[in-house]
Amino acid sequence: MKTKMVKRRASASHRRVGKLWQLRLYVMDTTSKSLTAFSNLKKFCESHLKGRYRITVIDLVKQPQLAKGDQILAIPTVVRKLPKPVRTIIGNLSDTERVLVGLDLRAAN
Amino acid sequence: MKNNSHKSTSSATLLPKCLTGIQGLDEITGGGLPRGRPTLVCGGAGCGKTLLAVEFLVRGAVQFGEPGVFMAFEETEKELTANVASLGFDLAGLVRRKKIAIDYVHIERSDVQESGEYDLEGLFVRLNHAIDSIGAKRVVLDTLEALFASLPNEAILRAELRRLFRWLKDKGVTAVITAERGREQLTRHGLEEYVSDCVILLDHRVNDQIATRNLRVVKYRGALHGTNEFPFLIGDEGISVLPITSLSLNHKVSNERIATGISRLDAMLGGRGFFRGSSILLTGTPGTGKTIISANFAQAAARRGERVLFFSFEESPAQIIRNMHSIGLRLEPLVKRGLLRFHSARPSLYGLEMHLATMFKEIATFQPDVVIIDPITSLMDSGTDSERKGMVTRLIDYLKAGQVTSLFTSLTQGGSVLQQSEAAMSSLMDAWVLLQDFEGNGERNRVLYVLKARGMAHSNQIREFLISGHGIDVVDAYIGPSGVLTGSARVAQTALEKAGMLASHQEAARRKRELEQKRAALERQISGLRSEHEASAEELRQIDEQVGRQTLLLTTERTELGRLRQADVLVAAGTRAGSRNGRGN
Repeated sequence: MKTKMVKRRASASHRRVGKLWQLRLYVMDTTSKSLTAFSNLKKFCESHLKGRYRITVIDLVKQPQLAKGDQILAIPTVVRKLPKPVRTIIGNLSDTERVLVGLDLRAAN
Repeated sequence: MKNNSHKSTSSATLLPKCLTGIQGLDEITGGGLPRGRPTLVCGGAGCGKTLLAVEFLVRGAVQFGEPGVFMAFEETEKELTANVASLGFDLAGLVRRKKIAIDYVHIERSDVQESGEYDLEGLFVRLNHAIDSIGAKRVVLDTLEALFASLPNEAILRAELRRLFRWLKDKGVTAVITAERGREQLTRHGLEEYVSDCVILLDHRVNDQIATRNLRVVKYRGALHGTNEFPFLIGDEGISVLPITSLSLNHKVSNERIATGISRLDAMLGGRGFFRGSSILLTGTPGTGKTIISANFAQAAARRGERVLFFSFEESPAQIIRNMHSIGLRLEPLVKRGLLRFHSARPSLYGLEMHLATMFKEIATFQPDVVIIDPITSLMDSGTDSERKGMVTRLIDYLKAGQVTSLFTSLTQGGSVLQQSEAAMSSLMDAWVLLQDFEGNGERNRVLYVLKARGMAHSNQIREFLISGHGIDVVDAYIGPSGVLTGSARVAQTALEKAGMLASHQEAARRKRELEQKRAALERQISGLRSEHEASAEELRQIDEQVGRQTLLLTTERTELGRLRQADVLVAAGTRAGSRNGRGN
């Protein structure tokens, strides 16, 4: 299993938005795009959601059956499962501005 | 875009093909779609792309033991299952039995944000997983082009699609990819660039308020295929592309003859009627008795125990039965015995190909020996000339292949006997009987003649036929110096001839009597002469006798006299004779 669970719990949880962010990152093995996406996502979460996010990395090489559930076509894809509504960002997340829009963080901040 | 990622398909051996199981499509493509390659099916909205794709999978799974993956980009699994259930496809059951896998792929563009590079590996993974999970041999992507609406980056999408088709080929699955028809190209987004092995175009047209679906194989790399447009329809058993039979001319032929039910008509056809399995055209203006002759034919066949299917496009079955009863044809018992079956439909009910399919289906289920179509012309009001001819050709081919005798009636309008469409149709027919009206003498009479009858010596005579309470009676029409006479004119002419004949008979009898009298007179003369002759002969004989007697008397008398006068003369004479003899020695 190459799925990694990365958990960051804030000391003062639910402080600002009061919600835990659940993010899923769909990747294929350790392609460069996937690795870039993971490091970009982690960086992003650290700076915007420090302490209140959880990233689940799903490797579709190992678990192809999981692609169907979140309607994954593009790799890499980040799905925000919580807070609702579900948001999807495709790409290696190199465009931070787009990630902010995609995750509705621009409005939240 | 360049098309360099495709491997050229230059195999010297026969291209392996994958039977679709779809009626007619395998005939047109000469054995199905290219095996292990993608096929593009394109067409406008509602032309049956998805259905064709589903049928390809279902038939593959059910008939050929080839499981299939359906990747739906437009309809959910539930919708799809419900939509094809009406065609008798149990998609849910096939999914349960792992014969078919359905994957609904959906991306809402408004929910997706793009950030940086990506590829469509997820699609590949899903497809690969679905294929491997059931061991699929067939794949359908319906409609892949939906991705163009969901994914903003077309450059990435195109590159990935190119890779996808390559991947499908490498995977060795036979794929059907559906796509929307584009305005200037086959597909809206130019998918034909990527799928170059086989392209099928579907089309849905409306002519005169009647919709017709057409299918055309635009391209089939490395294989011969029919390039025409073929009408197809979506019936309750899925798609059927016409022709169901191939359009080659290699029917079996029969030497068996079947009677028409009208003995004089049989006599006109070399004495024994039509050939079994031949196609017969019966043309005539309104009211010339086409249906009646057809019904006669039907009755005769059914009474022989043959099965007759009567397609009526003008009258309801009950009406035909009633009307035919009035001329002494009792069709109802035959219907009850299941030998005669009527099928009535309004011609404008649906398009040509739907009629044709219905007829094929009826024929296939009823298995008739004789099929009557009354009239073919009203069926042919819809559609273009070529469509009509194509339809009749297909129908005749289908019937001939099954050795079914077919009788088509055709309505001609007005005075012109030979209309163009009929002339075109007649080339398909083996026999052509023409019914015609003769007007004159304040009445209208019906005549019939055999215009052609392939393969038999047939009469060249025009015959009048009478319709009475007892049925049809064909009689000789009077043909004289003033033309053909029918009806009362014929009767008058016949009467005239009869009178003339009587007069000449009487004249002859009179002359005969005269001659006989003369002969009798001569006879009498002869006998008179003969008796005279005999009398003379008798007289002659008597004279001779008398002379003889007198001579004898004379001689006797002389001898007596001599004897009395010591007859030495005789002795001396005897001695003289003896001495003369001795000298001679």
